[in-house]
Amino acid sequence: MTILYVLIPLALLSGASFVIAFLWAARSGQMDDLETPALRILCDDDGPPVRSPSHDSTPGPPPR
Amino acid sequence: MLADVLAPLETAVGVCAHCGQPVRADGLDTGPRFCCAGCRTVYSILHGSGLSAYYDKREAVGAEKRAAAPSGRGYESLDAPEFQALHATALPDGRLRTELFLENVHCAACVWLVEKVGDLVPGVTEARLDLPRATLRITWNPLEAKLSAVGRTLDSLGYPSHPLAGLDRSAVRRKEDRALLMKLGVAGAAAGNAMLFAAALYSGAFSGMDPEYVSLFRIGSAVVAIPSVFWCASVFHRGALSAIRTRTPHMDLPVSIGVLVGTASGLFHTWRGEGEIFFDTLTMLVFLLLVGRFLQQREQRRADGASEFLQALTPKTARLVEGTDVREVPVDAVPRGALVEIRSGDHVPVDGTVVEGTSSVDVSLLTGESLPAEVGPNASVHAGCVNVSGRIVVRADRTGVETRLSRLVEAMREAAGRRAPVVVLANRLAGYFVVIVLVAAALTALVLWHRGPEVALSRAVALLVVTCPCALGLATPLAVSAALGRAARRGIMIKGGTALEALARPGLVVFDKTGTLTEGKLSVVRFAGSEDAKAFASAAEAGSAHPIARALVAAFGKSALTAESTKETFGHGVAAVVGGKAVVAGSVPFVESRATLSDALRKDAEAVAAEALTPVVVAVDGEALAVVGIGDRIRPDARASLEALAALGHRLAVLSGDQPKVVGLVAAQIGVPFETVIGGASPEEKVRFVEARAAVGPVFMVGDGVNDASALSVATVGIAVRGGAEASLAASDVFCTEGGLRPVVEVFDGARETRRLIRSGLARSLVYNLAVGALAATGIVGPLAAAVLMPVSSISVVTSSYRGRSFRRNTP
Repeated sequence: MTILYVLIPLALLSGASFVIAFLWAARSGQMDDLETPALRILCDDDGPPVRSPSHDSTPGPPPR
Repeated sequence: MLADVLAPLETAVGVCAHCGQPVRADGLDTGPRFCCAGCRTVYSILHGSGLSAYYDKREAVGAEKRAAAPSGRGYESLDAPEFQALHATALPDGRLRTELFLENVHCAACVWLVEKVGDLVPGVTEARLDLPRATLRITWNPLEAKLSAVGRTLDSLGYPSHPLAGLDRSAVRRKEDRALLMKLGVAGAAAGNAMLFAAALYSGAFSGMDPEYVSLFRIGSAVVAIPSVFWCASVFHRGALSAIRTRTPHMDLPVSIGVLVGTASGLFHTWRGEGEIFFDTLTMLVFLLLVGRFLQQREQRRADGASEFLQALTPKTARLVEGTDVREVPVDAVPRGALVEIRSGDHVPVDGTVVEGTSSVDVSLLTGESLPAEVGPNASVHAGCVNVSGRIVVRADRTGVETRLSRLVEAMREAAGRRAPVVVLANRLAGYFVVIVLVAAALTALVLWHRGPEVALSRAVALLVVTCPCALGLATPLAVSAALGRAARRGIMIKGGTALEALARPGLVVFDKTGTLTEGKLSVVRFAGSEDAKAFASAAEAGSAHPIARALVAAFGKSALTAESTKETFGHGVAAVVGGKAVVAGSVPFVESRATLSDALRKDAEAVAAEALTPVVVAVDGEALAVVGIGDRIRPDARASLEALAALGHRLAVLSGDQPKVVGLVAAQIGVPFETVIGGASPEEKVRFVEARAAVGPVFMVGDGVNDASALSVATVGIAVRGGAEASLAASDVFCTEGGLRPVVEVFDGARETRRLIRSGLARSLVYNLAVGALAATGIVGPLAAAVLMPVSSISVVTSSYRGRSFRRNTP
């Protein structure tokens, strides 16, 4: 059972790495808006390329 | 009589291709139909730029359809160096970034469309919409794109944009939010891990465990608990410190004492290798309390944010006249003595003197007067008024902080500082709670001293830990955050739990008149005489932008007849030839000098005037046909709402800046017993009245104008209604985004229900704490029982708070 002396610190370390990842995400603002990203995926682009209304003859940027 | 005036003129055929609203036939369109020019513009732009997929996406996400409302503004002020210095941040590669508040964004399809602005305007590298906050973060290259082009493009899509005021303040808030979220995350991880260790220890205690490993697990618990009880719970420790410093009881105090005492004894026992540790209970406690805190803060932010966005809606720009040029600049950049153009519908940006043009100016937000003031050359106008009819050019006499508006706002800020704080029920209880728990712990230790200090102290610590008021600390934040959230969904923004608690007590509800009890705009209230007059009057007035003319046209509908040779006499009336007949519409003397007025109609006109309405006489071919009474109509729901408030035990009063006679008549017409009716009150008098009454009992002020702002801020709770001025929104604790007085009743009713919920939650958790505290003192409850009982009590409080009926009932 002495393996516990290795496993418990290991488990704590791996837990801590997830906590650190969460802290980084929260600090960099990824948790500021929890609603819009969920909606954004609903409207993924599949339509024709967008044309700029003022320059109708010039080709628009390629679809993303 | 009124009902047929307002009856719809034509029946609807077809729906608008953009917003789906019913559209009337105009006999011309064969293709898609539109309800308004705005929808037509947006539709054609979307089709012209290959963005018509918007309609499919909107259909796919099942979003509500709304009419488009491009404002047609130029947005040149967004390019001004003053604006960019103030609002934009420069990125290292030379690009600029700013945030804009957008009107009308509401669904996933809006997100898609708005973020397409990056493709529509070359030079825009990033466009990210935050839907709940309705803000667009935009990054652009100033060499390739102008921000005004972005503004115009968004506007043409039906999303007028506004620079966000107070960016630094919102940055501070966002930092606070992130900090709390980080603490919450760490507390959750700590609680989970402490639970794992505790599970091992408890099962070890029942089935036998090598003491060596027991101490390993105890050290493990201590390691995961330390960040939680010190760093995450620092929110509570800091609150407790300030509670001690200011000698005001606060819920954080018992929480902090419980956590610190439990931690100290736990660490001591871990070091000694025997005795009880409470790390599982303590970390769970910190986590649950932080969840409550986080939810409350989130709902509060939503209400704060909504009021700030409404403030952003007031234009911060002025049209500066330089020679023959007109340039849009930020209001702050208007120098004294400059000429400013104010178009119809604009807010007046400065205090100044009219040099060109005539118009009517709506001063109701500033003074409470319901009738617009007629202004011509040499008349003075004030910032905060709205120009309602013609274009005028004004010389700026006072700008920025010197304007009357700014002084009123300053007075409001100063008044807000004088208001007595409300101590919420949970915090009042906290004071007693701390004393009782500390005394009980001391008694336990004393009584059990004969069984050895070891037993006595561990029992006392157990008592402090298990009575640590988790449920007590959760009851209020959860009930409040649930109520704030539900209220927000019903269009009522409440800026904090203290306002909600104060609103539950019966008190004096003081109403402003113009825009609060009344609709705040002119409309046809009375009509006497021949129905034929309506079509003539409507045709004759159709070309006029005067508010009275617009009220007439709105009530009588667009006439099939057309007027020729229209001649408007400023401030008196209009004369025109309609269908070959001479039509005169205007004030009694104006019409009398051009037509005969029968005695019956003269009496009608006098009766109308006696009701404090403006009589407009309509004459056709030299003979007066009808008298129209125009005034500020009382809101249809005023009587029912006020009666509902009286039924809740509130006393009612009217406090208005309008003429006393008008105020008296409006109060009499509503027909509810008012305790006090005061007219002609200046903003300063309003403050004095509210302060005097607030000294003896709760005063709730309901208003909308700048002239109410100071009074709103000194009242126990200030409630601003829809359409109000920026200053009154800033001053109020509650504001309603829906029109009418029904939301006001809902505020009071919801507050009552929330208080009931808070009380039942507090009672429940007090009973729990008492019972468990007694068990701990007698040694029946060990750490395991505490770890089980604590979440159970918390969950019961959580469910009762969220299932509550606050802001759910249908009020009249």
